Amino acid sequence: MFEEIKIRQEKAKAAEGKKAAIGADIDLTKFESQDTSKPKHVATSSIPQGDRNKILATGVTLDDVSQRSGTFVQIDNAPMHAAVTQDGIEVMATSEALTKYAWLKDYYWKAVAVDADKYTAHVESHNADGYFMRALPGVKSVFPVQACLYLARGKSIQDVHNIIIAEEGSELHIITGCSTAGREPGVHLGISEFFIKKGAKVTFTMIHSWSPETEVRPRTAAIIEQDGLFMSNYVIMRPVHSLQAYPSARCVGENATVRFNSVVVATPGSTIDLGSRAFLNAKGARTEMVARTISTGGDIISRGYIEANEPETKGHLECRGLILGDRGTIHAIPEIKGTRAGVDLSHEAAVGKIAEEEVEYLMARGLTRDESTAAIIRGFLKVDIQGLPAMLNEEMQRAVKSSEKELF
Amino acid sequence: MDKENLLEIDNLFVSVDDREILHGLNLAVKPGETNVIFGPNGGGKTTLLMTIMGFPRYKVLSGKIYFKGQDVTEMPVDERARLGIGISFQRPPVVRGVKTRDMVLACLKQDDNDALVNELAERAHMTSFLGRDINSSFSGGEIKRSEMLQLLAQGPDLALLDEPESGVDLENIALIGELINEVLGKTHPIRERSRSGLIISHTGHILDYVNARTGYVLCGGQIICDGDPRDILNTIKEKGYQECVACLKK
Ligand SMILES: Nc1ncnc2c1ncn2[C@@H]1O[C@H](COP(=O)(O)OP(=O)(O)O)[C@@H](O)[C@H]1O
Ligand SMILES: [Mg+2]
Repeated sequence: MFEEIKIRQEKAKAAEGKKAAIGADIDLTKFESQDTSKPKHVATSSIPQGDRNKILATGVTLDDVSQRSGTFVQIDNAPMHAAVTQDGIEVMATSEALTKYAWLKDYYWKAVAVDADKYTAHVESHNADGYFMRALPGVKSVFPVQACLYLARGKSIQDVHNIIIAEEGSELHIITGCSTAGREPGVHLGISEFFIKKGAKVTFTMIHSWSPETEVRPRTAAIIEQDGLFMSNYVIMRPVHSLQAYPSARCVGENATVRFNSVVVATPGSTIDLGSRAFLNAKGARTEMVARTISTGGDIISRGYIEANEPETKGHLECRGLILGDRGTIHAIPEIKGTRAGVDLSHEAAVGKIAEEEVEYLMARGLTRDESTAAIIRGFLKVDIQGLPAMLNEEMQRAVKSSEKELF
Repeated sequence: MDKENLLEIDNLFVSVDDREILHGLNLAVKPGETNVIFGPNGGGKTTLLMTIMGFPRYKVLSGKIYFKGQDVTEMPVDERARLGIGISFQRPPVVRGVKTRDMVLACLKQDDNDALVNELAERAHMTSFLGRDINSSFSGGEIKRSEMLQLLAQGPDLALLDEPESGVDLENIALIGELINEVLGKTHPIRERSRSGLIISHTGHILDYVNARTGYVLCGGQIICDGDPRDILNTIKEKGYQECVACLKK
């Protein structure tokens, strides 16, 4: 075991200078690395109201947790609070889970490679904490479990390492919000490793609300077993300096399914390179990816990659983008690759502006030009997400709505 | 301009994509009156309605449009809508993400009134479409019902109906007729009627359900004939539009 840790640390060390395959390179030496910090176990009421309000904007509510099966809060590198209200659901700091469960080492860095790039390496070499969530076999989370990762200290790097396990036949609904306190530059590095066992279902809804100076490099991967379902929904509508993420899902069991939905708005000064990747490595595996992107002056790369390596697999990828205003770019890069007979893959991509004919149709009903445009944009951003609990759907719509007010 | 008229069109010339389509058209509609316009395909009927509604693609080269005594020739489409003009489109666009319910609410100028939306939708047999993207995979008949539903909610003083019966099967045509009568306030006693309509009909079927006062023939970008709608329709049925064209040449 110690041997394994040593090898991992060496790998991380070797990858310290390794630039990511895509996305602008961040010079991490310009930011302050934070010390590891023991989980604090404070009450959420001790978190300042101002911070709580920012956290609330990302769908994480700390004032009333009656509609949540569990709550986790991390500020900078320190887990502050972990609580759970449902039997069979576990929520704790990753460090504590590693102590509690010897077997967890078999999951740690198993979905994401520790030496993928300098960001994964940084998370490893700074002993990042984060959340561990688990649904025991057959247990279904009644309410969503919520987690908040909050970057408070300016000019620093937040390291996070999350592990999510849905045991056989379980169901876990998660909402996570990531936010930042001030407008000072900062870096968020987050590893999330998902393990969806046979017949289990995980919905993961993530709402990001950063500042114009934040650099964000999440590294997410999921392994989905037979008949498992992973549904990832992502919303970013507020400014960020740069964000690059390319979450990856491997369907390793028959009929495993993964769905990615993302809603992205890039404001002037924001560079967002976001994609979703699925490997269909078992018979009957399926994926659907839907990306809706809007540039109001920022730059977006919208990627998608589906690779089907077994027969009877099916995948579809949709990226639609709107450029509003005079500046801004949207670069859609949908890719599909089949390596066997019997795969069924397709994609559609469109980048454009709002159709004048549609605006005029609404205007003919008495809406002003601005009202018509807003209604069409709202509709564009409204992704119908099947299988997402109504409450999470509402949270997502609320996040879209609240940011929309500032944008259009 | 005659103060008696709700709508008055004086010597209107209109081009679409740099092609002149209407060549000096005159027309008037009185309050409470419904008129019907016949004419061959490509004659300019849709162009006329779209111009009255004020869509920018339809450029008025010269002439005037008056509505409620105001010169609206240069008025933007949304202002005309708010002033009391409504249109049912021949081919409305699909607006992805915008639900039929959203459109009805927009027409009602309300943010939220599920009870009323549901009641109107029931009348138009559109209840199951409220949660769907507007016009997305709607059949011909469903489009017409959806358009009538929106007009029902909007309640315009002048309803411009572009071939409300085309693509509608016989069973549903009576329903469309009923909805038109509701939109036009024909369920009220004659004395109280103030709503007016301009209905384009290629086939004339709609006359079996809706009473119209005057019929016009629009051909080659001009109104070439007016009279009793049934007489005109009978002539067209017997002799085709060739007769109208010949009549124009005289
Ligand atoms: N979008 C368009 N671009 C160019 N020409 C058009 C367009 N729409 C209609 N037209 C032309 O304008 C003329 C009148 O069309 P329209 O008003 O649609 O006639 P109607 O409704 O009587 O069938 C036709 O010759 C038609 O080809
Ligand atoms: Mg027409």
